[in-house]
Amino acid sequence: MLSLDRVSKTYRVGTFGGKLLPAVSDVTLGIPDGEVVSLIGESGSGKSTIGKMILRLISITDGTITFDGTDVGALKNRALRDYYRSVQGVFQDPFSSYNPIFKADRVFDVVRDHFYRGLRDRDWEQKVDDALESVGLNPDHVLNKYPHQLSGGQLQRFLIARALLLDLRFLVADEIISMLDASTRIDVLNLLADLKERGLSVLFITHDLSLGYYISEKAAILYRGCVVEYGKTEKIYTRPIHPYTKMLMESVPRLDKKWEDVEIELRAQQDDLSSGCVYYARCTRKEKGADCRTVRPGLIEVEPDHQVACGCIAGEERT
Amino acid sequence: MSLQVDGLTVYYQTLQGDVRALENATFSMADGEIMGLAGESGCGKSTLSNSLILLAPPMKHVCGRVLLDGNELPIGRVEAMNRYRFKEISVVPQYAMNAMNPTRKIGKMIEELLRARGIEIRKILPELKRRLDLVELKHNVLKMYPIELSGGMKQRMVMVLSTLLDPSLLLADEITSALDVSTQKAVAGMLVGFRDQGIVKSVIVITHDMSILYQIADSILIMYAGQLAEKADTETIIHTPRHPYTKMLITSLPKVGVKHDERRLAGIPGKPPLLLDPPEGCRFRERCPHAHERCLQVPPFVEIAPGHHVACWKVGDKDA
Repeated sequence: MLSLDRVSKTYRVGTFGGKLLPAVSDVTLGIPDGEVVSLIGESGSGKSTIGKMILRLISITDGTITFDGTDVGALKNRALRDYYRSVQGVFQDPFSSYNPIFKADRVFDVVRDHFYRGLRDRDWEQKVDDALESVGLNPDHVLNKYPHQLSGGQLQRFLIARALLLDLRFLVADEIISMLDASTRIDVLNLLADLKERGLSVLFITHDLSLGYYISEKAAILYRGCVVEYGKTEKIYTRPIHPYTKMLMESVPRLDKKWEDVEIELRAQQDDLSSGCVYYARCTRKEKGADCRTVRPGLIEVEPDHQVACGCIAGEERT
Repeated sequence: MSLQVDGLTVYYQTLQGDVRALENATFSMADGEIMGLAGESGCGKSTLSNSLILLAPPMKHVCGRVLLDGNELPIGRVEAMNRYRFKEISVVPQYAMNAMNPTRKIGKMIEELLRARGIEIRKILPELKRRLDLVELKHNVLKMYPIELSGGMKQRMVMVLSTLLDPSLLLADEITSALDVSTQKAVAGMLVGFRDQGIVKSVIVITHDMSILYQIADSILIMYAGQLAEKADTETIIHTPRHPYTKMLITSLPKVGVKHDERRLAGIPGKPPLLLDPPEGCRFRERCPHAHERCLQVPPFVEIAPGHHVACWKVGDKDA
């Protein structure tokens, strides 16, 4: 079980780092063992930042991330290495994860150097073959090749296989299929589903709603670093409540439904985000919520397994 | 008939030999048609669009003709095409985000661009401002540098710029793939608006995203490994495709409402052939579940129903 408790990240930007950019604010999420949780949001919503914080690639500004009760932020040396045995990440661009002048299987050797120093060659080769087979690759076809000789889908599955060499229990999958072709992306998605059956939990970061629906039990909708809606995937997709989620569901191009004419606010609005609802500037129903401008709404349970952070909903509940 | 492409074949010259990226493409587009051009990466969709506007080395025009509004385009001659580019045929490139000169204010850049085509900006300025209103950009963007605009704004600015001289054909290469969903929808809607208002006569939308084509395109052309596979109106391609590749491609796409534990989707096994030395006959043969001996010959791109073209022996047989 990996949980995030009021996690925030603020980047320092500007020439001398004088400006602060809140990328993630007060995110609380729990990912139980053997579940896939989708993190859905547009670019800049902070979804990759959350993934990187879990992987300790960047520091956490505020709040705590715990994995099975241990504080991830405080891990050092040996404990950190053990953490990486169970928690790994795979990222969007499989082509840039490899050094093109070396053979692709070099990524496995790095794992061996760090975690399996004592293992004999034959055992190691067996381990690599097993990992490759479990991601649906034939070791004879893919080993000893250079990255350009493999397809994007193969390279991406290579990276998942690398994570599987360890005692993987949690995978951060950051847009792992958005660069793949339609005919191969479903294979990678099915692979994740199979691994989930074997007890792996996955944080599936995506901007594609249909992919999120296909794979995950729960979904969190992120807007400007805040979770605006969270709950069971079916509930969020069929009965979105937050105005942002509604807009998102209506604007995503789908194969089963044509777009309806909905007004979209295009002009970028730069509002002070220190207080108030993050969606205030674009919200279509803000007149209903009295204190949307000043009070940032927290997540409220509207039905079992369905939480929404909207001041208007909170107001309706009270009356 | 606004665009007619007849047997167009384009190769890339490399040290190892010719890469046969586009082979014998024959299709036509009606006036006011928005045609989606879809396929996997490396299927030749960008090659097809590039060869309509800038067929420069290492690309090589092997054979075939292109007619735009009845006039043959000299696509193989880079210089001779200058007369048509921008005025008759224009492009919104894939890298539209970075298509503008970063050292010039946008208005200045447009002025220089028009002067190079022998047009004074003064004459076109009122129309330019009207177009900016169409895409919901403020007029003061003309006094800004590209860096001051967001990605979506730059994309819309380039759309205005590309269509300023009312081209007959607009090529839109992956124009929505780098945008957020809400902006994506707005930009796609504007593209349709440009067609509806007669600013452009017809549009080719190149993308790998079928769901966006379902929203805006009138017809879809599917390509596979340098060959045309199927062309039909959008509803037909999405709901009742006939080519095995199109069928497998459409069924492999996840839709909202489909979950892996209820209905497991399948991908297409194998991968596209290398086009440096492609296999004889139908290039989908090795991945096709229905392949037979006849597929060793290239299947013709035949019309099986009005406006519905398919290149597959199986489909042709059934109707024979």
